[in-house]
Amino acid sequence: MEKENYYQQLKGIVKPYLPEDVTVDDISPDSHFINELNINSANLVDIVLDVEDAFDITLENDDMDQMQTVSDAMAIIDKKRSSK
Amino acid sequence: MDFNKIIEKLPYDKPFLFVDTLSHVGMDGVSGSFNFSKNLDFYRGHFKEHPITPGVILTECCAQIGLVCLGIFLLSENYETKTNDLTVAFSSSEMEFYQPVYPGDTVYVSSEKLYFRFNKLKCKVKMYNAAKELVCKGELAGMIKYSTHGA
Repeated sequence: MEKENYYQQLKGIVKPYLPEDVTVDDISPDSHFINELNINSANLVDIVLDVEDAFDITLENDDMDQMQTVSDAMAIIDKKRSSK
Repeated sequence: MDFNKIIEKLPYDKPFLFVDTLSHVGMDGVSGSFNFSKNLDFYRGHFKEHPITPGVILTECCAQIGLVCLGIFLLSENYETKTNDLTVAFSSSEMEFYQPVYPGDTVYVSSEKLYFRFNKLKCKVKMYNAAKELVCKGELAGMIKYSTHGA
């Protein structure tokens, strides 16, 4: 249940950074932020900063490198939240 | 870090270098200036018989001083770097313009860091003229990093 909440919350965070030709309905757990959702690397940083605020966690450079897909992001959020 | 070393590391050259001097560089921001020579080529066309510095060039000047010079300094705090492997990409700009800049004018840019994380630098920038009037201000962001081998 908590996972589903994270997922919905994450979709809400990503939504304003989507380019015009991608909608929130195109997001799936497997979506690659850069290759499939067409989010540029500068906006991906903003998504990470918003994720940090929303989930009260801090991401490191390694986490950023690993965060390629929506489910990668979910796994990082889950790991950081549970180690708090 | 020596201010001249920062300018040497800039990936620009004439006619697209818009930094002359830096007067302050720190973890939180940077200040610098540039003199727009009357001979710059774009004055022949902007505007016809009525030369004024284009807003995009003022924005570029703010970005070179406010983002790239500051970014080089911030990166130098973390990395031993070479001069030739710096990668920069302008990612967003939101500027407002108040005063025209004419051929021969000198402008002064000050930049305040909003954040520098995961190689993205976002700053508040302001440009003043010699009369200390606000020329333009806004928020600029870009990606800046030193590439590692093969990346």
